[in-house]
Amino acid sequence: MSYLTLFAFLICTIIIGYFIGNRRAVGMRPAVKSKLPENKLHSLPGFHGTYVALWCGIPSLLLLFAWLFLEPSILSAMLGNALGDAGIGLSQDQLELLKGSIRRAAQNSQNPIDDTLLPVVESYKNIVNSTGIGGMVVIGCGAIIGLYFSQKKIAQRFAARHRVEKIFSIIMLLSSLVAVLTTFGVVVSLIFETIRFFGMVSFTEFLFGLHWSPQIALRDDQVASSGSFGAVPIFAGTLLITAIAMVIAVPIGLFSAIYMSEYASPRFRSWAKPLLEILAGIPTVVYGFFAALSVAPMLRNWGVDFGLEISSESALAAGVVMGVMIIPFVSSLSDDVINAVPQSLRDGSYALGATRGETIKLVLLPAALPGIVSSVLLATSRAIGETMIVVMAAGLAANLTANPFQAVTTVTVQILTLLVGDQEFDSPKTLAAFALGFVLFIITLCLNILALKIVNKYREKYD
Amino acid sequence: MSVQKTGVPMSEKQISSQVGKFTSRGVDVYYGDKQALFGIDIDIMENKVTSLIGPSGCGKSTFLRCLNRMNDVIDICRFEGEILLDGQDIYASEIDVVELRARVGMVFQKPNPFPKSIYENIVYGPRIHGMIDGRSDADEIVETSLKRAGLWNEVKDRLNEPGTGLSGGQQQRLCIARAIAVNPEVILMDEPCSALDPIATAIIEELIDELKENFTIVIVTHSMQQAARVSQNTAFFHLGKIIEFGETDQIFTNPRNQQTQDYITGRYG
Ligand SMILES: Nc1ncnc2c1ncn2[C@@H]1O[C@H](COP(=O)(O)OP(=O)(O)OP(=O)(O)O)[C@@H](O)[C@H]1O
Ligand SMILES: [Mg+2]
Repeated sequence: MSYLTLFAFLICTIIIGYFIGNRRAVGMRPAVKSKLPENKLHSLPGFHGTYVALWCGIPSLLLLFAWLFLEPSILSAMLGNALGDAGIGLSQDQLELLKGSIRRAAQNSQNPIDDTLLPVVESYKNIVNSTGIGGMVVIGCGAIIGLYFSQKKIAQRFAARHRVEKIFSIIMLLSSLVAVLTTFGVVVSLIFETIRFFGMVSFTEFLFGLHWSPQIALRDDQVASSGSFGAVPIFAGTLLITAIAMVIAVPIGLFSAIYMSEYASPRFRSWAKPLLEILAGIPTVVYGFFAALSVAPMLRNWGVDFGLEISSESALAAGVVMGVMIIPFVSSLSDDVINAVPQSLRDGSYALGATRGETIKLVLLPAALPGIVSSVLLATSRAIGETMIVVMAAGLAANLTANPFQAVTTVTVQILTLLVGDQEFDSPKTLAAFALGFVLFIITLCLNILALKIVNKYREKYD
Repeated sequence: MSVQKTGVPMSEKQISSQVGKFTSRGVDVYYGDKQALFGIDIDIMENKVTSLIGPSGCGKSTFLRCLNRMNDVIDICRFEGEILLDGQDIYASEIDVVELRARVGMVFQKPNPFPKSIYENIVYGPRIHGMIDGRSDADEIVETSLKRAGLWNEVKDRLNEPGTGLSGGQQQRLCIARAIAVNPEVILMDEPCSALDPIATAIIEELIDELKENFTIVIVTHSMQQAARVSQNTAFFHLGKIIEFGETDQIFTNPRNQQTQDYITGRYG
């Protein structure tokens, strides 16, 4: 017996439950056809079947999950009992170690174990077996009980249709709660760790300090590694790279969206648009080494030609490639909103003797503005959160500069480097990552709220 | 609530002696492989209202859109034949569509004001055609256009509110004002009252009657009464062909063709 068999058993019961429900309902179909509701089956047989199947499946699956969570602690408690005298006088940690070695020995007889403990191992094996079987029996019974009681409810006027809908609406509610709770959990843990960080590093130093070098001395006598957590340079770096990316992405994305929706022939559009969207599907690592290996050297060579000093890791290279990466975000969404402007507005403008260009500039873009703005803000959030390209192309040096030809670093890259490798979980170096993440989260949140506000403000402009 | 006709009925002879504003000869229109119009020959008289009637799908809108080349916007649409405006072929290669549409305005079935202020809606056309020099010019165009469309009194205090905030009938008059503002020679109307209640319809019909002093008007309508009330000439379309074309009074009182008779008396359609 294993969980696989149990699972197969549950699936079978569910299918059987469906057929039982279905057949019972079919059997209750009145012989005479009549228009009167009391002489009709309230719900189609399929709904009765689904109803029984749901009652078979949901409680037993819930039991199964509960069991999977509870089993380890139940077993541990029972092992404690089985140890009896052997466990007395041991500290908590020692006890856990002992239990662990018994568990390993029970799983595989190759694992070494003290001979005096062999009886305990044997009895532990029995315990594991019997509780396992017991749990499975309980779960299996749950399914069968569910089946029995739910099929008993089936009757001619039983509103299975509404019950099934109700159950599904609950399932959908739970699914959406998963997303909400996850977000909530992430935010709460961010907040807690951020507060811990600010317990060690002052708030003002973090927000206004101009020097970022998070290396903390692991030993007191270590030289040249006093941590300092002024986050201004890395936020400035983020800002610089994002700005470069937007300067590239917004005009190109917008123009391509306008071309696609207003000028392109349907044939051109049918292959060009999917191609543009593939751009969004390229993994960012690929963009990253493209930036580091092709674009950055190329820019440096151009720089030499023009007499400019462009370092091989530069904000410019990262920003340009990031801009290319987010073009599809701007163009695809803008294209959709421009397309959504009613044809009647275009007709109205053409009928007044406007050219295409005038129509686009004076009617379509103003009408599509909210959507365009929100697509730009979405792309900005993307750019701010982007890591790979910057790691590879812009470097790790936290320079405070507005010169795009120099190496800079961004918030996301610093988070990455703070957490790569072995870390102490309570050092300010590690916690700084949470603080940075939190600030980043606040920034993107504000951008999203701003986007929503703009969209709502202008929403009912045309209709 | 019939609207009194102000036009004096004319005899056949007078009609044929008058100059056609538009002359359509042998117009065939295709949507892809499907032919929608077959050899349309009609003359649209200056400063008259011409109504196009006929069952749904017979090609009235298609013909109307040929007159200002709005069909150019539709990729699959193909035009053959000849339409002359004041003797000049509007499909000739030297014709600038944009200028043609400034001369031949259009009002659509569904009111389609731009999502801008009432003021901006009116000055839109004049501005792109360079008819406005400065603010006072614009104000004047807005006022005269709205007055001619009979909307001035209702909106003069809210010119900066969005045009989309008006009622359906007001929106349609705004669209008419917008078309008048570029000072066209012809105004095409495609079922301008189909989305409106009888009162708004009556207002627009009255307006059409006044406008014909200065403009040539072509109107598509599904309402026989409306055609009879507002138009001097009527063309009856059926399956992409002109079945009968002549004075409205004659078409409605004494049609020469049995199909026309059946249609206007409501026996099919
Ligand atoms: N954009 C288009 N693409 C393809 N076929 C079209 C298009 N527009 C119209 N047609 C076809 O051309 C024919 C004439 O259509 P049209 O719109 O001119 O009819 P109509 O007389 O205006 O009808 P209605 O009174 O319902 O408005 C119809 O058969 C229609 O299916
Ligand atoms: Mg039509």
